[in-house]
Amino acid sequence: MNEPLLSAIILAPLAGALILGVFGKRMGERVISLIACLSVGISAALSFYVFFRHLHALEEGAKIHDYLFTWISVGAFRADFALLLDSLSGIYILFVTFVAFWIHVFATGYMKGEAGYWRFFAYLNLFMFAMLTLVLADNFLLMFVGWEGVGLCSYLLIGYYFTKDFANDAAKKAFIVNRIGDFGFALGVLLLFLKSGSIFYFDDPTRGIHGAFEWAASQAADPATLSVIFAGGITTIAVLMFVGATGKSAQIPLFVWLPDAMAGPTPVSALIHAATMVTAGVYMVSRASSIYVKAPTAMAIVAIIGGATALFAATIAIAQWDIKKVLAYSTVSQLGYMFLACGVGAFTAGIFHVFTHAFFKALLFLGSGSVIIGMHHEQDMSRMGGLRKYMPWTFRTMAVGWLAIAGVPLLSGFFSKDEILYRTFTSSVLDPTLGKLLWFVGAATALLTAIYMTRLMVLTFWGNERFDTHGSHKHDSHGHDDHHAPKESPTSMVLPLVVLAAGAIFAGYLGVPEGLSGGRIQNFFEHLLKPAIAEPVAHTEEAAHAAEGHGTELALTAFSTVIAFLGIWVGWRWFRRTPLWKPPRLLEEKYFVDEAYDAAIINPVKTASTGVLWKIIDVKLIDGAVNGAARLASLFGTGLRYAQSGLARSYVAIVVMGAVLVIGYFMLG
Amino acid sequence: MDNYLLTIITLLPVAGAVALVAVGRGEKPNANAMRWTALLTSLATFAVSLLLPLKFNSSAGLQFEQNLPWIDAFDLGVRYHVGVDGLSLWLVVLTTFLVPIALISSWNSINFRLREYLISMLALETGMIGVFVAMDMFLFYLFWEVMLVPMYFLIGVWGGERRIYAAVKFVIYTVVGSLLMLAAIIALYYLHGQATNNFTFDIATITESLKSHAFTLPLNEQRWLFWGFAIAFLIKVPLFPFHTWLPDAHVEAPTAGSVLLAGVLLKMGTYGLMRFNLPMFPDASRKYATFICALAVIGIIYGALVAMVQPDLKKLVAYSSVSHLGFVVLGIFSFTDQGLQGALYQMLNHGISTGALFMIVGFIYDRRHTRLISEFGGLANVMPVFSALFLVVTLSSIALPLLNGFVGEFLVLVGAFTSTTLPNAKLFTSLAATGMILSAVYMLWMYQRVVMGEVKNDKNRELTDIDFRERLALAPMIILIFVMGIYPALFLSRSDRAIADIRARVVPSAKVVAMTENFDNSK
Repeated sequence: MNEPLLSAIILAPLAGALILGVFGKRMGERVISLIACLSVGISAALSFYVFFRHLHALEEGAKIHDYLFTWISVGAFRADFALLLDSLSGIYILFVTFVAFWIHVFATGYMKGEAGYWRFFAYLNLFMFAMLTLVLADNFLLMFVGWEGVGLCSYLLIGYYFTKDFANDAAKKAFIVNRIGDFGFALGVLLLFLKSGSIFYFDDPTRGIHGAFEWAASQAADPATLSVIFAGGITTIAVLMFVGATGKSAQIPLFVWLPDAMAGPTPVSALIHAATMVTAGVYMVSRASSIYVKAPTAMAIVAIIGGATALFAATIAIAQWDIKKVLAYSTVSQLGYMFLACGVGAFTAGIFHVFTHAFFKALLFLGSGSVIIGMHHEQDMSRMGGLRKYMPWTFRTMAVGWLAIAGVPLLSGFFSKDEILYRTFTSSVLDPTLGKLLWFVGAATALLTAIYMTRLMVLTFWGNERFDTHGSHKHDSHGHDDHHAPKESPTSMVLPLVVLAAGAIFAGYLGVPEGLSGGRIQNFFEHLLKPAIAEPVAHTEEAAHAAEGHGTELALTAFSTVIAFLGIWVGWRWFRRTPLWKPPRLLEEKYFVDEAYDAAIINPVKTASTGVLWKIIDVKLIDGAVNGAARLASLFGTGLRYAQSGLARSYVAIVVMGAVLVIGYFMLG
Repeated sequence: MDNYLLTIITLLPVAGAVALVAVGRGEKPNANAMRWTALLTSLATFAVSLLLPLKFNSSAGLQFEQNLPWIDAFDLGVRYHVGVDGLSLWLVVLTTFLVPIALISSWNSINFRLREYLISMLALETGMIGVFVAMDMFLFYLFWEVMLVPMYFLIGVWGGERRIYAAVKFVIYTVVGSLLMLAAIIALYYLHGQATNNFTFDIATITESLKSHAFTLPLNEQRWLFWGFAIAFLIKVPLFPFHTWLPDAHVEAPTAGSVLLAGVLLKMGTYGLMRFNLPMFPDASRKYATFICALAVIGIIYGALVAMVQPDLKKLVAYSSVSHLGFVVLGIFSFTDQGLQGALYQMLNHGISTGALFMIVGFIYDRRHTRLISEFGGLANVMPVFSALFLVVTLSSIALPLLNGFVGEFLVLVGAFTSTTLPNAKLFTSLAATGMILSAVYMLWMYQRVVMGEVKNDKNRELTDIDFRERLALAPMIILIFVMGIYPALFLSRSDRAIADIRARVVPSAKVVAMTENFDNSK
């Protein structure tokens, strides 16, 4: 099936970016915000239209294409500029364009008066083009285009305040760390091509294309051993691709760029570093589920890395003072949750958490942005407190996000998180002990999540006002020096908060776990995604049947409800009493991971490159040899000076003699 | 007309150079008249050369041929034979494209002996085009050596402080290689003549005799001939460890010299490998491929690491060339369609991206007379347009998808990874792919230190953004960076056949990795 409107979905934001990039400098803020929001609005409207128009077909597993042109074609290698809509990419474009639209609206208010307003929205629109290309691509190379494209926009937007060194450092770090991941992704794609002969996802007979996923489906599953990682088979492909995912989705060991990325304006953090781009890794792993289900070792790696990252980042989040840093580590932690889901074979649950997380985390970030603006660019929670009465709407909407992420029943985060924990506990893919262990890690993370989010809320909105309304006049770019009391944000910012809060409440109802309703409500989300996601292979025969029956599910749900309330209660008691509790240094300093990387990798490479490669090998060794040879030759030449008559004829004679010698060698030889 | 096209393209610049002897003479030499003469000549050359891709027949081999007897004395059989095929087509156009841009970009930079400078530039252009169109080894060698002379002067007369050292180093390195090549040419001429009783320097004829087995070279002879040519070419590339002439030559050369040196001269080595070594000495090529690929991969990583720590902008770009050209060599010796196509594409990409980088360095050198990275910082505040274009070129150099560099680099990686002749192909490719990470490190770090941040050095506070002339010089490069990245078929389709021919010579029954091998088609 064909749908030419698919390309319009990606081209609308591209057009916006081009217009703003070329003419934006001469436009007023009003026109700029109109173009920026309109281009994403069109994209969103088209996404909804296309999705619902083909909804029935998508449920049946239809693949809807939009072929634009053949991008690269050499020998057997081919990559098209072609788009694919199936239920997975369909769900993605819906929430990406929806959330993005409201974040754009928010940003028009948030960025008011900033120098380079046009530049900001040009980058933001360009990001939308790249993100939608990533999602809608019908082959891995085009996905890679979007993948690196979102990385570029992330780089540009983190470094938006380009006169600030910390922003530039953060931008560069984000790009380079992501490139390390991309290195793995690229090798994964190469290996997939070598093995399957194709980098396309699915067969498309009309274009004469064979799909890599059909190839994967025809392969036998790799054994669950460690040695298959390096065997160059399907497990190696899966592991290499996951390296790419750890970069983009900020997992251990490549998570270090995301917290620093908060140097970008807050709408960027909400859109790129919470709701959309960072979930690209989860998208990629789910997209390639046909490959992962054949690689149990890779699945286990995904689950372990995901679980470990979830817990690790949550322990850091509890010790941060910068409101955005708390949310950043929270995002890393929640992304870990999503990978945990993928690793245990519950790809659908992972995508479901991506979906709900997009709403409540974008909401929390925008809320923090509203707080930061209201506090005149203050991000340190130790200097906030009692903001409830100053910013009622920001407070109310953020409270929804807080309860949703904490996992309070009937809000969106509850459904998706509960689903993941349940699937982990009953996973038939992993070794059962490992499954139980990861479930424990997940539950502990959930508890910590409730605690640190309560801390964030308490420190910001309750308690004493720890800020100074009259004191020293700190200069900020907004110039509200006359009155320093915090104030509620304008409608352009509050309205998106309200919309996203509604999403954070209701998004979960698309995927109510069937166990909870006793099978009465269909899990629409799971039903829709079924055709796009491969069925995981059970670890053992008994394991495949162990998970049946709703009893376990209900018990686990009750347990996670207890955890959510326990976490909130603990956080409330703890931080209402001692809001300025001093966290352990190890956590506050993020386990010194950055320092360790500097000492173990970055500094040695720099020193060796300068001290050994350049100054010794290049200058001393190679050039020394060349200059030495030249000196030797000139010494030799002094002796031979008499042979140099200066007559052209004698030179010719020498050349001819030399040539004769060479020819003679071949005649004899 | 078609028969004379290449001769016209080759000789037009020299005609301009001759005219320049007379133009603008008088009481006060008219500098602008001289500049315009040179520019118009090179523009005319470019315009004529555009006929080549327009009229090119993608399914045919050698085209636009002109083949005349030249030196018949002693039955030497030297002919004036020119022609282009899919291999040389875009390299000729790249040359004619870069010369006017180089002239525009350094319009006001040269004031000393301007006439001689412009004559050297045009003479260099003829030499460069000649190398790519020559289909007779004698003619090829002639152009190869002729080209050295103007380049020597460009570095030695209009260069920086250590220009004499750099110029001599450049010439000696090159001459050492080309003498070996001369010996190999003569030997090949002799062996071929003896075997077929047709004493000729003609490249196409010799390749054809080898293909039809009328003339066979045992491995032992191939080995000598292979290295005779290869050393000359690998020095020119330059492949690690023959690269140390390059940083010196680049740093000392004037901007236009650097643009052409990086843009065109560095391509002659890899062109030669594809024109001579692979099709003529396939057995030796296969035998030494692993060794050369190892050097290429070392060069990729080594060049990038050394580039990272350079304090001088031009040196940084020079070492980055060592890294990028490593990719080209790796692609060539993977003996796959993708690797060879990628290598050829990467040659064009590198010509554009690195040419543009040298222009950019030239623009700020003209303003500040320094190339030290530490002297700059915060240029985005005072030169926003410059900074934006600089970013595009930077991203092209680090192979961002949808920009030109990505297509070439990825094809090389595909080719190397799937190579059936290269042992440890996956290991080689994985190591080469670290170049992806390292290029981002050194380029973005450099960009940050030059462009981002506050203006800390007061001398940079009053800098003016690039003017109309400078934008005019950079604009075509930027456009091509996008066009070549988004729609490479425009270029690749014309070189498909030539590449397939070369590949078929080295790996006759190419075990092409295709669906047929691993994929059950009946399903």
